[in-house]
Amino acid sequence: MTQTSRGRAIAYVVLTVVAVAIVIPVLWIIAAGFRTQISLLMGDVLFTPVLRNFQEVLFSKGSDFLDNYRNSIIVGGLSTAICVLAGTLAAWSLERLRWPRWVAHVFLAWALVFQMIPPVALASAWFTMERAMQLDNTFIGLILAHATLNLPMAVWLMAVFVRDVPDELVEAARIDGASGPTLFTRIVLPIIAPGLAATTVLCFVFSWNEFAVALNLTNKGTATVPVAIAKFAQDFEIQYTQMAAAAALSILPALVLLLIGQRYIVKGLTTGAIK
Amino acid sequence: MSVTSASMTAEAPAGVRRPRDDDPVWRWVAFGPALLLMLAMGTLPLINLVFTSFHDVAWSGGTAQWTFRGLDHYGELSSDPLVSAGVVNTIVFALGAVVGQLVLGFVLALLVSRIDRGQVLFRAVFILPILIPGIVIGAIWKLMLNFDFGLINQAIGLLGIGPHDWLGDAGTALLSVIVVDIWHWTPFCFLLFLAGIESLPGDVFEASRIDGASPWQEFWLITVPLMIPTIAVTFAFRLVLAFKVFDEVYLLTGGGPGTATEVISFTLYQRFFTEDRVGYGAAISVAVIFFICLLLVAGLSMRRLGRAQ
Repeated sequence: MTQTSRGRAIAYVVLTVVAVAIVIPVLWIIAAGFRTQISLLMGDVLFTPVLRNFQEVLFSKGSDFLDNYRNSIIVGGLSTAICVLAGTLAAWSLERLRWPRWVAHVFLAWALVFQMIPPVALASAWFTMERAMQLDNTFIGLILAHATLNLPMAVWLMAVFVRDVPDELVEAARIDGASGPTLFTRIVLPIIAPGLAATTVLCFVFSWNEFAVALNLTNKGTATVPVAIAKFAQDFEIQYTQMAAAAALSILPALVLLLIGQRYIVKGLTTGAIK
Repeated sequence: MSVTSASMTAEAPAGVRRPRDDDPVWRWVAFGPALLLMLAMGTLPLINLVFTSFHDVAWSGGTAQWTFRGLDHYGELSSDPLVSAGVVNTIVFALGAVVGQLVLGFVLALLVSRIDRGQVLFRAVFILPILIPGIVIGAIWKLMLNFDFGLINQAIGLLGIGPHDWLGDAGTALLSVIVVDIWHWTPFCFLLFLAGIESLPGDVFEASRIDGASPWQEFWLITVPLMIPTIAVTFAFRLVLAFKVFDEVYLLTGGGPGTATEVISFTLYQRFFTEDRVGYGAAISVAVIFFICLLLVAGLSMRRLGRAQ
């Protein structure tokens, strides 16, 4: 065996071990969702899968999980739409339109500081304000909060993609008479579509996953999935298997996105930090 | 993302004049929504927060009773045991978790860059934890680390080691939370490092091999130095996120046992929301934000110093 092929073999072994360490907890929690409470507590290795937990979580009278799921889709969808729209337009405007330098600098510096503030601190700020305006516990309150939370990331990501739009193309379009919004929608948007997809996927995932703000700005009617899962864990008598079933259901969108949009996720996560 | 601000406004390459749109209405319309959002949801609430921190607020029947307290709340910060525990634990947590993630992430990225088959598969698996909600990760590991039936205790039971109450023992609680965070965020570091390694110039490595450098020398003398910018970015980025930790702690330990895993976000949550001490909680928020601004200034000036040298 040559040295490189031995090194490669070791690499495969280590990577496989790590991959197993990542997958096992996820599979274990999904499996726990199919167990009975007793089978889990007894630590049986083999068990007969049951669907009761999923039925309880989804369809029992006392459970709001389907509502929570719907709330998460509403909040994730609308906040992503607002965030990506505002972020992309702002990136184009700041990056390629005639602003004095300091405007972009001040805005981006503020966005940077904002990005560093712990969500709980923001939640406290939003709570005080939204309560005075009676927006607490409403969808609008949480949608605006999530859109703002992701806006710095959206602006930064889109700025990177917008910068890559070739000058010649913009110039040619301008000579052909396109300007302003027409130029943006007809010429620029199609070019930055992959970046747009990456930003959209990330905004949605981050909104879907967000807990600290959602916990404090929602009530029973507007609670999102993470808030519901936290509730499971805090019940007087924890229903471990139902919590596991709810957790399994909550990562479904992420799994789907991972399967169909891995390319965009990787692009979004790496572009923002590296470029 | 944090590091892009400088390069973002950088000029186009010398000699190339970027064609620019002259229409001021369109310029404002395009910038407007983001500006409005940041003013209404970013600036305004924080000003309100500072104002709140000078008061005690009591809610009665939908109306707020404001009592002016001056700087009292800020004076109370230093003597609040939860705040001091929160600060210490947050720093320990952030450094422990981030260093662990950087080292592991770097090793994984190196290994993946060396193999030629299965890269896509490994990458897909490694991304998984990034996409899972923090609160679900808390739920997963709350079960995994459970004293009675958790998989971890079952596994070490097979090795003949007795079960341990990982989250209930003050000695291992913070360590457990750190390990969970490493599980959660190593993949992110891995992704950034892999992207960095893939963009390294190949001819440098070829030259070093021709000169007879051993893999070990190649790693320390070429790969690591070339990767320093990526490492610095990843470190800064992860550190900022680690300081914000809340979700996992909320489910795993709730700050306990005692104050063993009390992190500053959790302290803030308890004081502001659980105890409904809005004025004092606001003071903690303002102090945290102020501290973050200090960190940012320190980080930027260090970067400037580093550049100047």
